Amino acid sequence: MSGLPATPASSVPVLALGDVLLVTLQGELHDATAEQLQDHISHRIAHHPVPVGGVVIDISGVEIVDSFLGRILAEIAANARLLATRTVVAGMRPAVAITLVELGLTLPGLVTALDVDRALSLLGRGPGSAAPAHPEGDA
Amino acid sequence: MHAPPAPTARLPIASDADLAWVRQQVRQAAAGLGFGLVQQTKLVTAASELARNTLVHGGGGHVEMTTLEEGAARGLRLSFVDNGPGIRDVDLAMTDGYTTGGGLGMGLSGAKRLVQEFTLDSRPGEGTTVTVTDWAAGLPSPRTGAP
Ligand SMILES: Nc1ncnc2c1ncn2[C@@H]1O[C@H](COP(=O)(O)OP(=O)(O)O)[C@@H](O)[C@H]1O
Ligand SMILES: [Mg+2]
Repeated sequence: MSGLPATPASSVPVLALGDVLLVTLQGELHDATAEQLQDHISHRIAHHPVPVGGVVIDISGVEIVDSFLGRILAEIAANARLLATRTVVAGMRPAVAITLVELGLTLPGLVTALDVDRALSLLGRGPGSAAPAHPEGDA
Repeated sequence: MHAPPAPTARLPIASDADLAWVRQQVRQAAAGLGFGLVQQTKLVTAASELARNTLVHGGGGHVEMTTLEEGAARGLRLSFVDNGPGIRDVDLAMTDGYTTGGGLGMGLSGAKRLVQEFTLDSRPGEGTTVTVTDWAAGLPSPRTGAP
């Protein structure tokens, strides 16, 4: 699994990890950047040399998720699903999860994992990928 | 002797870069007052929702940040002010999922749930002010190195 260079098209790095796209969100994200990222990921899925096996969005470096970013994450997952690709949001901080529930945003369409490794196994990739622990993966 | 509470800070809300700046400043103030991590996260999230409303629905404005001290209690008050179109039906605007465009309609109602005190004052044609206040839980933690 070799990482290709980060794509400069948005200020958020999108790395190809094998056939999985790994998106790492960090710190303060401007609204326009988040919207660009959404377009960028759809574009990457549609034009990837090999079929994309999944998208992992690592938000362990994100201090808050408000309804704007929550909607962007949900829309990224929905777009990817229409392009036959699964998305896993990884590493949400406990304080962020508590806040999202109280805000009223439970984001039912989002598949989550505690960290990137577990997200990769959910997608049937990575070292510990014996069996996807999520019913969505059954075939 | 205690230093007097920090003076009120006034931050403009005119772009999405300003939203990021407001979040950072609120986080810093809340941390400085000894708010716990979850409370900080809730307050910053509420501030992000309200600042975005000021920008998107109110056409821009500012937030006034005031540190409060009542006896041993320490708090932070944030007033989001705009001179935009105002809100005609406040009860409707406060309903989960209600939006006049674009958003998820969770900002106002959600922000209210995330803070301890919430007031909304709006006049159609004149503007909107939303004020939220949070108090640090328990007694202020002992300050190391205080005289
Ligand atoms: N500062 C404001 N000025 C004018 N209208 C506002 C303001 N804040 C909120 N509103 C109105 O209240 C509605 C609900 O706000 P909110 O719950 O934040 O949802 P959203 O922003 O996703 O639409 C908005 O769609 C808008 O019509
Ligand atoms: Mg809003």
